[in-house]
Amino acid sequence: MPDASLTLAGAAPARTAPPLLPLKLRGLSLGFGDAPVLDGLDLDLGPTGCTMIMGANGAGKSLILRLVHGLIPPDAGSIDWNGTPPAAATRRQALVFQKPVLLRRSVAANLDFAFRARGLSRAPRDALLDHVGLADKARQPARLLSGGEQQRLALARALALDPEVLLLDEPTASLDPASVLMIERIAADALARGVRLIWVTHDVGQARRMADDIVFIAGGKVAEHSAATRFFDAPASHPARRYLDGDPVV
Amino acid sequence: MHDFGDALALALSLVMTGDADLLEIVALSLRVSLSATVIACVIGLPLGALVAISRFRGRGALLVLMNALMGLPPVVVGLLVYLHLSRAGPLGFLGLLYTPTAMIIAQTILIAPIVAALSRQVLEDLHTEYAEQFRSLCLSRRQTVQALLWDARYALLTVALAGFGRAVAEVGAVIIVGGNIDHLTRVMTTAIALETSKGDLALALALGLVLMVIALGVNAAVQSLRMTAARQAYA
Repeated sequence: MPDASLTLAGAAPARTAPPLLPLKLRGLSLGFGDAPVLDGLDLDLGPTGCTMIMGANGAGKSLILRLVHGLIPPDAGSIDWNGTPPAAATRRQALVFQKPVLLRRSVAANLDFAFRARGLSRAPRDALLDHVGLADKARQPARLLSGGEQQRLALARALALDPEVLLLDEPTASLDPASVLMIERIAADALARGVRLIWVTHDVGQARRMADDIVFIAGGKVAEHSAATRFFDAPASHPARRYLDGDPVV
Repeated sequence: MHDFGDALALALSLVMTGDADLLEIVALSLRVSLSATVIACVIGLPLGALVAISRFRGRGALLVLMNALMGLPPVVVGLLVYLHLSRAGPLGFLGLLYTPTAMIIAQTILIAPIVAALSRQVLEDLHTEYAEQFRSLCLSRRQTVQALLWDARYALLTVALAGFGRAVAEVGAVIIVGGNIDHLTRVMTTAIALETSKGDLALALALGLVLMVIALGVNAAVQSLRMTAARQAYA
């Protein structure tokens, strides 16, 4: 069971820079060949909470995470992290990929690598491993962990960076229910500590459990952005209604 | 056949009794080839890593060149090193011709491209897998190279052993720059060539046996490393 009392105090220097959020996306476009995936997307995200990005397969949800994280440049449009230069903004975020990319090292060495990459003390390593329920596997090769354990390690590595914003790209896809709940519990704890969550998911139940607000993507644009309760009780957009009814969304 | 049988028996006897000449030649062979392998790795591994993670104009041509250099003819390498180290050559003042150092230089030139080209392929495959994660972690180029080299360590050991195998078995370069001088630059391959031409098959066969054992040992080591890496999911 994860330990909710995790603290990374001492790992990172105290923050003096202006807050990273709000995030403003304006006219964001990205395509492959002649087909635009994102087509002039506008989006504003506030400073706190858990935003879930939803939409049909191929809607461009994961692309949005990669764009805002600075992994790929847009074809057009702007990404404004409250005036923070893009490179500096990336260093203040962490991204958990759908398929965890773990180094060919032990569990502990994977975390040490993240601490070293950002010049942080590795003092919180053991507490972090305990927090994600991997303390007893610290010396094991990371790639021999189960799928759920690998994703928890990837999440721990992201938290080791002490991010202000945690980007999660379907981190619980293809995990069993117990593993899903553990990931959600760890994410909820990060949220409680003030980490801003931007989370891509297909899991409506997960969105109901975790989201403060929902961004629904369709046709390369934001079809709807509303509070989670409102989105699920009375979706305002036609594509969102179809999606929640289980109908195909174009 | 009697001659061959006698020669084989004598060869086994030389190996079993630890003949001094045989041991000296084997020791020099290992010293030269291991030194060349280490130097080639120091040059070739970072070079392979840098090319693996870099994108620039002319990269395709560089890859073709790197792959082509893997097939460098040893006698051509020997000739080029000879021309540079001979008294009239630009490096003649160093007095290295017909020394083990000259042989190490020649073998390094021969196998550094092998190490660089093979490691480039290994590291590029690994980098494809890690690239987004590394960019997310904001790694510097130096950190990226270090991480790739460490994570590919088992595969790169195999690359190094391939280089060593090539070095220890070649004869053309070392005979030109080493001169096959008894007690100074005579290594296994040059001694085998010489003793065979003299008709002294016993020493030639004994050295051949040792060379085969080394080749088998290298392959066994490669196989063992692969199995270890696969078992620990580090491959």
